[in-house]
Amino acid sequence: MTDEFIKLSAQSVNLWFGSKQVLKNINIDFPQNQVTALIGPSGCGKSTLLRSFNRMHDLLPDVKIEGKLMLDQQDLYEKNISVTQLRRRVGMVFQKANPFPKSIYENINYGLKINDIPKGDRDQIIEKALKESYIWDEVKDELQKPATRLSGGQQQRLCIARTVALRPEVILMDEPCSALDPLSTLKIEELITKLKKDYTIIIVTHNMQQAQRVADKTVFMYLGEVIEMGDTQEIFNNPTNELTGNYVKGRFG
Amino acid sequence: MNIAARENIDKAVKLLIRSTGMIVIIILAGIFFMLLYNAIAFFLKVSPIDFITGTQWNPSGRQASYGIVPLLVSTTLVTLGAMVIAIPLGIGTAAFISEYAGKRLKNILKPAIEMLAAVPSVAIGFLGIVIVGPFLARLIGQPNGLNALNGAILLSVMALPTIITVTEDALRGVPHSYKEASYGIGANKWQTLTKVTIPAAAPGILAAIMLGIGRTIGETMTVLMATGNAQAFPHGFFRSVRTITATIAIETGEVPYQTTHYFALFAIATVLFIMTLVVNLIGEYFVNRFRKYHSA
Repeated sequence: MTDEFIKLSAQSVNLWFGSKQVLKNINIDFPQNQVTALIGPSGCGKSTLLRSFNRMHDLLPDVKIEGKLMLDQQDLYEKNISVTQLRRRVGMVFQKANPFPKSIYENINYGLKINDIPKGDRDQIIEKALKESYIWDEVKDELQKPATRLSGGQQQRLCIARTVALRPEVILMDEPCSALDPLSTLKIEELITKLKKDYTIIIVTHNMQQAQRVADKTVFMYLGEVIEMGDTQEIFNNPTNELTGNYVKGRFG
Repeated sequence: MNIAARENIDKAVKLLIRSTGMIVIIILAGIFFMLLYNAIAFFLKVSPIDFITGTQWNPSGRQASYGIVPLLVSTTLVTLGAMVIAIPLGIGTAAFISEYAGKRLKNILKPAIEMLAAVPSVAIGFLGIVIVGPFLARLIGQPNGLNALNGAILLSVMALPTIITVTEDALRGVPHSYKEASYGIGANKWQTLTKVTIPAAAPGILAAIMLGIGRTIGETMTVLMATGNAQAFPHGFFRSVRTITATIAIETGEVPYQTTHYFALFAIATVLFIMTLVVNLIGEYFVNRFRKYHSA
């Protein structure tokens, strides 16, 4: 455990939506090149925590955050941090696949364009990203087709390709498989396992099997607090907290 | 109430609703056929080629001439000018309201814009005569400012509420997930607006523009008051023009019943009708082209 490099961490994080406190004194370290799963019943704050790592809450009014969220020992909410730069380093895949209403090619090209990647390099990057996301073979002949015509699973893999194309350091995934069939889910899980050698991944999931299949570390949250965290096998097989045990065994949630 | 009675009421209501729908269609068809019938009567007396290519509209001259070109150019000039002003201004305002403005500012702006739509066209025409006209006259050194530009400015003001409201609806209708996706890969607000939100709202924005053009082409009172209505062939924005609508409004009151001149007014009204039809068809075409990128 000691040789693990801590890529991302939350230190005494409290978060309020208006007057409602959603996160309570969160302290978590996320090691580099590992997959960490955030689990817990709906409304426990796991998505909220995830979104605070690329400052998606900036888009909403009435959000108050206290404490420190660190990326490589740097506070994400410091004044001189560029939010756009941060979001490029910390990519996000959303719960519902959300490709732009543009062509498959343009979906990835857009991110390259706004991040000033030279035009000559883009075709190659797009191809590579699509290959890394295991969707290249399915779309290589129809890159100009509207992305919305793809199946749900393909759309989600395209969204992952869109994120991967920018070479972020961290990828946040908010229940990326919740709207997908088992086969597409399996493909995405394989993809996550492959991606972790280059990226640090945090995944929110409601699927206990999924957490066990893909995650090295698991964090169990309940009512805005971290109840227990540790190696995935430990959390699922020898939880120290009774709540965790009941949740992972499906007794509530 | 027993079941038979309820079913009878249901039938009666269905009939009523269907007939109201039919009435709309009948009225539309009636207008179209009346225009067409009278236009045909006109073309039996004047050759369509003379009508379409004629550069002079002078029905009361010794040698009456019925060329539609000057009217067409006038209408086009005024409409084009109005759109050049109103489209960027309208989309910009809508984008500001939906993406940038704070809650309080939004609550002031939206009703204000809706109120702008309620200003009667005659009042706007009046402003054109007493304010915009004299201002333009001084700016370009002409005796009066009753010209195409004046009309275009006023009409852009009249088209703005439509364009802003419909565009804002379209922008607000763009799924939040598109914006999140864009911000999520490091786009800023401006990039998200111009590259994601506006393209995604394009069908709605085009509809807004088409509605704006429709409003502009058909507007009568304002152009009648503000554009000078000279019969001469229009040469640019700083000259007095006489649109199709103004021509019909001016001449219908004085024309003897069922003369060539009378039929001629129906002919130009038919042209106006076709113009708005084409505008709508073009709008529909673009709406469909952009829609294919949205999920079914």
